[in-house]
Amino acid sequence: MAEIRNYTMNFGPQHPAAHGVLRLVLEMDGETVVRADPHVGLLHRATEKLAESKPFNQSIGYLDRLDYMSMMCNEHAYVRAIEQLLGIEPPPRAQYIRTMYDELTRFSNHLLWIASCGIDLGAMTVFLYAFREREMIMDMYEAVSGARMHAAYYRPGGVYRDLPDKMPPYKESRWTKGKDLKRRNEWREGSLLDFIEAFAKDVPGKIDEYETLLTNNRIWKQRTVGIGVVSPEKALQMGYSGVMLRGSGVEWDLRKKQPYAMYDQVDFDIPVGVGGDCYDRYLVRVEELRQSARIILQCVDWLKANPGHVMLKNFKVIPPTREEMKDDMEALIHHFKLFTEGYCVPAGETYCAVEAPKGEFGCYLVSDGANKPFRVHFRAPGFAHLSSMNELARGHMLADTVAIISTLDLVFGEVDR
Amino acid sequence: MSDTKKAIAELFTNRFGDRVKVGPTVGGIVSIEVQVDSWLEVCRVLRDEDEFGFEQLTDLCGIDYLSYGQAEWDTSDVSQEGFSRGVESLGSGRFSWDERPEAADVSQRFGVVVHLLSFKNNHRLRLRCFAPDEGMPIVPSLVEIWSSANWYEREAFDLFGIVFEGHPDLRRIMTDYGFTGHPFRKDFPLIGNVAVRYDPLKKRVVYEPVDIEPRVGVPRVLREDSRYKADEVDQAADATAEQVASGEQEKQDG
Repeated sequence: MAEIRNYTMNFGPQHPAAHGVLRLVLEMDGETVVRADPHVGLLHRATEKLAESKPFNQSIGYLDRLDYMSMMCNEHAYVRAIEQLLGIEPPPRAQYIRTMYDELTRFSNHLLWIASCGIDLGAMTVFLYAFREREMIMDMYEAVSGARMHAAYYRPGGVYRDLPDKMPPYKESRWTKGKDLKRRNEWREGSLLDFIEAFAKDVPGKIDEYETLLTNNRIWKQRTVGIGVVSPEKALQMGYSGVMLRGSGVEWDLRKKQPYAMYDQVDFDIPVGVGGDCYDRYLVRVEELRQSARIILQCVDWLKANPGHVMLKNFKVIPPTREEMKDDMEALIHHFKLFTEGYCVPAGETYCAVEAPKGEFGCYLVSDGANKPFRVHFRAPGFAHLSSMNELARGHMLADTVAIISTLDLVFGEVDR
Repeated sequence: MSDTKKAIAELFTNRFGDRVKVGPTVGGIVSIEVQVDSWLEVCRVLRDEDEFGFEQLTDLCGIDYLSYGQAEWDTSDVSQEGFSRGVESLGSGRFSWDERPEAADVSQRFGVVVHLLSFKNNHRLRLRCFAPDEGMPIVPSLVEIWSSANWYEREAFDLFGIVFEGHPDLRRIMTDYGFTGHPFRKDFPLIGNVAVRYDPLKKRVVYEPVDIEPRVGVPRVLREDSRYKADEVDQAADATAEQVASGEQEKQDG
């Protein structure tokens, strides 16, 4: 009889289904996974250490680059932590803008997830469909911050600037012209809020399109139903949060349980799975897309009706406007101090968490009273999820690990930090 | 609100006595400090007893308290050397590997900070535990109690060199294979000590000493001026106003 030995193989770090730079060392018994040992840290940039050498505001840009699929949600956690230590509260309009952009971010994150998970499991079309909508959210990012992804838009005390009155339209080019140009610019004639409203009203139909492609698709179900099952007790024990927890049937969402920004003012539901497998996590994410669209519409209504400040008027923390600076000596001094030294945050420590698209993104901030943080630690949801990879993958086939990695919704920017 | 805070503080003191020290509460999170010998025992109670019911360890991280509360900006003896005259090199961004300071003999230098979450009672708790020995910081591992601690403890070991006693698999996690030192310690330079590049002549990856200079523009300063004490200033103003008012009252009475 031939001798049968286990094989140890590398999955990644250059594997398209590893979602970035995951090196997964798999011990295989034929096609079955016996042990999975993820090696992470290939994208470690020491964000937390870098933040210790910069004034508080200069690290906001790094936050975008942690979970680079849900940029503004990361900023939100950091900015809230600073606000809490400073004891300031942004004006309601800024809070609504943050709520709206958090949901747009969740929308774009889940779109990317559905696209890449589809492509991992062999569904090509949904990728093209989802990117069509995601492009519009990128445009909304650009309209408000000037950057398509790394916005650095949230600041302690509010948001950097108010929503623009005009949504930039497409210009005529060799590829976009005539009827096509008119169709693409149809929503872009009014303000940014009009554009967002048109998008959020239209998008449930688009979500139906993805569902037609996947929800009852036999191949999709064969690949996801009963794969990577997590019991609710296990999910708590392993530090799960977000969709991974709700997919297992634990009713827990920070937006409801520990509301921040304006989440207690808007109406939405929390979808919860029953089986805790990959398919349930898919269903939860799709339903979250619909709920996000609901929240966005409510925020748009409020924002249209209530103009106002989007930033606190507190020159000790928030720089004065250019006009004020040119006009007033005090403002000039504040401006100079803020941009050369920053502001000092009173000594203390805090932990602020937001319900990021992937789960609980937390920021633990320790200040000793200086203009730079003494220590920041970011609690990334993907880190906890990936750490349970061995328990999830053991006993599954090699092809199923792809489905599992995919539904963990990993982004290595945040896992490795 | 302050009543509930007091109640929580009492809850911990009653249950654990002097094994824990209840600290200030910021943002609704109670913070308690636990002695290292009762670390496991306290954590087990926090998970198992219903009044606490912390089912999940959400976060665990190391922290190095070296140079806590020290500023780099010292203008007491200003010389004629230009803008940087007031900047004293202290922070990790301002020295290279060879110039790194001798680790000062600070007691309670390395701490482990844990954030717990109770789903049942919907509250959070922060625990802190200081490693007793600064040269070889050792803290018992929580993996037995919450399995999510596994990677967090590996991370704290990698970045701070805190050894978790009883951890099943304490390997480095973030840094490169074969890395030397613990990069998040305050006496580890921000620029690092080795750089990696691919050498086309040798046809392999080579490690070389870093050739960049430490360069952090903004000095670290600590300011405690009136803007952070708005409440106290207001109170003082109110008190003065009252005094003045009562003085006038007395005058009128007299």
